[in-house]
Amino acid sequence: MTGGMVIIGAGECGGRATLTLRDLGFEGQVTLVGDEPHLPYERPPLSKEAMTSAAPVIKAIASDELLAECSIRHIHSVRAVAIDRAAHVVRLSDGSSLSYDKLLLATGSVPRKLPMPGLGGRCVYLRTFNDALAIRAHLSAGNRVAIIGGGFIGLELAASARKLGATVTVLEAQPRILMRGVPSEIAEIIHKSHEAEGVKVLTGQGITAIADDGAEVRITLADGREIVADLAVIGIGAVPVTALAAEAGLAIDNGIAVDGTLRTDDPDIFAAGDCCSFPLAVYGGRRVRLEAWRNAQEQGALAAKNMLGANEAHAAVPWFWSDQYGLTLQIAGLSDEGKSTVRRDLDDGAFILFHLTEDGRLVAASGIGPGNAVARDIRLAEMLIAKRASPAPEALGSQTVKLKSLLAA
Amino acid sequence: MSDWVEACAAGDIDEEDVMRFDHAGRTYAVYRSPDDEYFATDGLCSHEKVHLADGLVMDDIIECPKHNGRFNYKTGDARGAPVCVNLKTYPVKVDGGKVLIQVG
Ligand SMILES: Cc1cc2nc3c(=O)[nH]c(=O)nc-3n(C[C@H](O)[C@H](O)[C@H](O)COP(=O)(O)OP(=O)(O)OC[C@H]3O[C@@H](n4cnc5c(N)ncnc54)[C@H](O)[C@@H]3O)c2cc1C
Ligand code: FES
Repeated sequence: MTGGMVIIGAGECGGRATLTLRDLGFEGQVTLVGDEPHLPYERPPLSKEAMTSAAPVIKAIASDELLAECSIRHIHSVRAVAIDRAAHVVRLSDGSSLSYDKLLLATGSVPRKLPMPGLGGRCVYLRTFNDALAIRAHLSAGNRVAIIGGGFIGLELAASARKLGATVTVLEAQPRILMRGVPSEIAEIIHKSHEAEGVKVLTGQGITAIADDGAEVRITLADGREIVADLAVIGIGAVPVTALAAEAGLAIDNGIAVDGTLRTDDPDIFAAGDCCSFPLAVYGGRRVRLEAWRNAQEQGALAAKNMLGANEAHAAVPWFWSDQYGLTLQIAGLSDEGKSTVRRDLDDGAFILFHLTEDGRLVAASGIGPGNAVARDIRLAEMLIAKRASPAPEALGSQTVKLKSLLAA
Repeated sequence: MSDWVEACAAGDIDEEDVMRFDHAGRTYAVYRSPDDEYFATDGLCSHEKVHLADGLVMDDIIECPKHNGRFNYKTGDARGAPVCVNLKTYPVKVDGGKVLIQVG
């Protein structure tokens, strides 16, 4: 068969996978299918720089020229609707089909829907460039924006909306923002920075009703208060896109279930990025699903390698960043693996929390500070985590001890 | 002709480390390799214009602090996603304990 490599989903992961296939010298057919009308592009700027710029532009992962140079066929604005595993064929929404030798599902995730009645055209989600354009049109001085959900995307959008002069309210049902994966000490700094910039952050506030008449959204809170906004942006998490895989009979377990090599239970079908759950080697094979840009990139590259027969296991440590106002947060590892923390203070108010297990193993590091103040130490921490090191807590806590020296030990 | 300018003293940079150097409205990154040689590149990452001097040097690689894009600082070659545009490099010499770079 000469179907070559077919990649479904032209996002971070799918885009990187196609380029990697060529980098590794694969000369057969490579076809990238995406349902968005754009070149594969980076999503992180959508809540950040793209949102605050006068005219948002796509930050493409690969230009048309590069795709052409690499002989990558990019089919855009078309959905893959079914996989015939026995025939090794993918059917597309335009009625055509593609045969494959190896298939990569890089279908990503989509915003979790708010399960409430009353939502209308003024209640929106942010995932795609087109979503960003639609939201951008509503963010100007004097406009009122309600952000439902105090997670990363909502908070970054809140910061961008403030920059544009909008009046911003963040509504979080949990007792604090960033409940998932972010230590409270760091969430508190972010909370305060939003308040200092004039964002109203209401935590521990469930929503009891929403009324959207197409011009205004009225949000009723559990305590009876009403928030009125010109636009409500809902950011309450993401769900993996698994329907295509599920209908093809592939195993689903909080995402398309893959093994350490990113293979599904069909040896010719791989899944990677936001859409998959995989065993995280650094934590003894704990099954996780990540919604993180670098993971999508790394897994795209690894899937490409394994589609070509490498059989290499994913070994990376999860890594995530977020930018809000002048602050950058970076997290290496999953902090819920830790039992205790050690704090390391850096210059300019920046600090890092190292998360240790009961027996002293370093499993995660969460840092926050202006600009790139925490970057180098977070990167070194990531390498220590990968080595499964148990550095002395006093050394981690002391700014005068270079983390690089612990790595050599 | 382009000039040699003094960036710093040789001892200002640790081995396997990097320092920022600004000159005439431009910013550079000056490196000291693990085998004690000096190099210089453009100071800003070709992905999002972030100062590379806040990044980590490992052997002959500088890793960008923002999204971990990698460059070989000896050649300027981009070495890993998300960076794909190479860095410009500049000649460096050490003279009388001073690190000089040829800018321009
Ligand atoms: C606003 C925003 C800000 C973010 N900021 C950060 C950040 O600061 N740091 C960070 O680490 N991460 C961030 N992320 C997360 C990061 O962007 C994602 O983890 C990453 O995009 C995942 O890549 P992916 O390729 O797996 O999925 P996606 O990028 O979602 O791409 C999947 C693509 O597949 C398409 N698709 C799905 N099903 C089909 C089908 N059947 N047929 C054809 N095409 C299909 C989708 O439309 C989509 O284009 C952010 C995400 C968003 C939305
Ligand atoms: S800014 Fe350097 S990798 Fe993105």
